[in-house]
This record gives sequence, structure tokens and C-alpha cells, in this order.
Amino acid sequence: MNTRALCHALLLALLASGTTFAHAHRAWLLPSATSFSGKEPWVTVDAAVSTDIFYADHNPLRLDGLSITAPDGSRIAPENIGSGKFRSTFDVKLAQPGTYKLAVVNESASASYKLNGETKRWRGAADAAAREIPAGAQDVKLTRMQSRNEVFLTTGKPSDGVLATTGIGLELRPVTHPNDLTAGTPASFVLTLDGKPAGGIEVLVIPGGVRYRDRLDEIKAVTDAAGRFSIRWPAPGMYWLSATHGATGPMDAAASSDAPARRASYSATFEVLPQ
Amino acid sequence: MRLQYHLAHRSLLNYSLALGAAISLPAHAAELAVKLELPRLAVAEYHRPYTAVWIERADQGVAANLAVWYDLKKKDNEGSKWLKDMRTWWRKSGRELQMPVDGLSGATRAPGEHSLLFAGAAPALETLSAGDYVVVVEAAREGGGREVLKVPFQWPGKEAAGAAAARANTSSTSYRRTPVSMGGTVDTGVRRYEGSGSNELGRVSVEVRP
Repeated sequence: MNTRALCHALLLALLASGTTFAHAHRAWLLPSATSFSGKEPWVTVDAAVSTDIFYADHNPLRLDGLSITAPDGSRIAPENIGSGKFRSTFDVKLAQPGTYKLAVVNESASASYKLNGETKRWRGAADAAAREIPAGAQDVKLTRMQSRNEVFLTTGKPSDGVLATTGIGLELRPVTHPNDLTAGTPASFVLTLDGKPAGGIEVLVIPGGVRYRDRLDEIKAVTDAAGRFSIRWPAPGMYWLSATHGATGPMDAAASSDAPARRASYSATFEVLPQ
Repeated sequence: MRLQYHLAHRSLLNYSLALGAAISLPAHAAELAVKLELPRLAVAEYHRPYTAVWIERADQGVAANLAVWYDLKKKDNEGSKWLKDMRTWWRKSGRELQMPVDGLSGATRAPGEHSLLFAGAAPALETLSAGDYVVVVEAAREGGGREVLKVPFQWPGKEAAGAAAARANTSSTSYRRTPVSMGGTVDTGVRRYEGSGSNELGRVSVEVRP
């Protein structure tokens, strides 16, 4: 296998797991709605990895790392899980009033190393590198990767319980309630890295519906020293927000076996309603 | 039947509630009359709109809910599934309520003109201090459109009706829709404010009667 084909295979493997590099492909969750009323409403969610946000045309997002937190903090199970050619789907019954958090969290590692003069690539579980990379490997460059994709849903009165962060990786702590977003009104958030404010991180926001316009119309923001940033939504619709901390890829120059590089990424889908 | 419901548990309202409680009730309180027209629409599939009527303060916070019309006859309260489609009302106060609410909720209405009348001592109005307010009407139709219409008005509050009428006369320039004096040359003190919808709502009028 030549280098180019190898890179291609590696990229495909990464994409299939929902991890993205250099924004070439994006992992997203798309709920049927984010604001609900009535008794025990249901939501159905699409999950995929694709170039254009919210158009499933590449790979389904694996749901191994899916967790759903109910307003009272309990974990609830998704129902009707399925995976097709381009997207995964699942349903959630919103039996409790309040705000839910859906999160797909993945932790993995990738490495490059030389063995008998040949460059090799490896990818696997975060704790398997020492076991699976051959003892004779030289020039080992290891990168740990954490990714988190989230969606917030509210039925009835919004609640704040699920807005707390876990303290692992790059996370978003909403200041403005994430199901209280309206066009023209700024919303504030805080990015945290391992639970601490993450300053100087670039945040990218892309409005859905890109197929029907000629420009991406992305919105950019940078977090301040306290991790804060704010977004003014130009119009109603679904938006995809993403941010990344750290290493840019598995061959990051800073990576070594002793001091692995780390890449922590966060993305979320928000629905912005008319005033 | 009481048509009024005061949204007492909104934290935003605590201030105005406290203020209202500190002032004694007037001997003569004004009335509020709202007339709204639901237009007859030539569409293939027509469903009566879900409609909410409420009062907002100048800061756009909700001062009081006046009426919520929805499909409350469906079994198991299934009609509440679409309350969220009155998006503005839902976000501002609807999602805080457990519908149906006695005295506030009612069945959806047919096309035509509908009247709501609130006595000054009604829960929705009795704590409303003098000032600028807006009556907001939102209609959302299944398989159709949604419209929000705002009609600003001035409420005389706890002052004597005569004094309130005088102030309405002097400050009417601050309104987009100026009050129209009813009753020809004799000023009855009735202040009328109007607005008109473009799709899902027809004419909406608000009358403040001394």
C-alpha cells in the first residue's frame, strides 16, 4: 500500500469513528426539534459525519459513546437505534419535564512509528497504545484524541441540571440557556478544558442549509481568558458549533511516546427560533 | 367565568407584584377590552389556530396572560403537544405553566371577531401599575402559518379614571398607534388602540375604559 492510499485508509477509519481532522468532515447530531410541549414527547435524532453540515452523505456517526442525561441527572437509554449507509438514528422519550443533554463522547489514540525503517500508523483505544505498538518501534509519536458532540433538548420549563460539565476534555458550559436562543439575540457560553476555563480557543459556527446558499456564512469567535464567548444568531435555524484544542493530527510535531499530544474537540447543534 | 390568569410565579413579576401589593386598590378601576379577528382563510386544509393573548411590559417581559385557546378536547391532553408552536408565547411564559389553566385556557375559536373583557379588579390587571404596555396576540395554525401582533396601550393603573384619561391625551405622541377618542365631541375617556395582522390575524383592538 503506498503512502497516499495508507493516509486515505487512515482518514476513513478516523471519520468512521466520528473524529474529524482539519474540518474536512464534520460530526453532527440533528434532532427533529429542541423545544417540546405536551405529555411525554418524543424526539428522533440523526447522527452522521459529512462535509456539509446536516446533509447525510458520507458516514453514519457511531453511537457507542452516546449518553443521554435527563433533567434529574439520571441516564436514560435511547430507543429504536439504527444505522444506515449515511446516518445513525435513535429516538428518546422525554418523560420528565426539563432540559436533557445528549452527548456522543469518544476517546481514542493514534500513533505513527518506525519499525525496521518502515513508517507505521496505529489507531486504537486510548489505553491500548502501550500494548499494541510493537516493543521495537522507534520514533513513536502518540496523540490522544477526545471528542464530544452534544445536543440540548427541553420539554416544558427549561432546567439547568444537565448544563454542568464533567471536567474531562473540551466542554461547553452554556450561560444563555441553550434552548432559549432567538434570532438577533446574543447568547453567551463558556468553553472549559478539563473543567477549567479554556481561553484563546477559536469557535466556529455554521448555519444549516448551506446547500441553498453560495457561501458558508460561518461565524467565528475566540474565547477570552475566562473561556467566554458570545454568538449573535443572524436568523432562525439549526446551527453547528465546533471548537478544538491542541494537536492538529496524529503526526503532530509535538507528539512523542513519553509526552503524547492531545487533541480535544467539541461540537454541538443549536436550534435558533424566530423572535 | 374568569378569563384572567396572573402569572404570579414568574420571577420577573416579583417586582411588579410587590409594587402592586404596596398600593391600595382604587375606588374606580379601568376595564380592558380586547377584540381580535381570526380571518377566514381559503386554504385546502383549515384548522382553527392555537391563539394566545397576553400583556407585556415595555421591557418585553410578560405582565399577565389573558387567554390561551388550544385543542383542549383531545383525550389525554394531547392537544398540548402543539402549544410550543405559539413559539413566542411558549418561550415567554407558556412553558412555565401546566396547561390547561383554569380561567385562562379555552377551546380554539372559529374565524370571526372575538371579544375579551377584563374588569380592573381582575387578577390579570389589578397589580398592573400605570404605564406603557403592549397587548400581544399570537396565532399558530396547524399546517399553516404563525403571526404575532402587538398593540401598544397605556394603562391608567391605580389612579383615578379622569387623571388617567388626561395623561393619555398628553402623551399620545409616544405611540405608534395614537389613541382615538370615542364618542365625538364628548371625551368619554375611552382609549382605543388598534393593530392589524397580515396573514393569520385580522384586526385587533384594545380599549381602555375608565
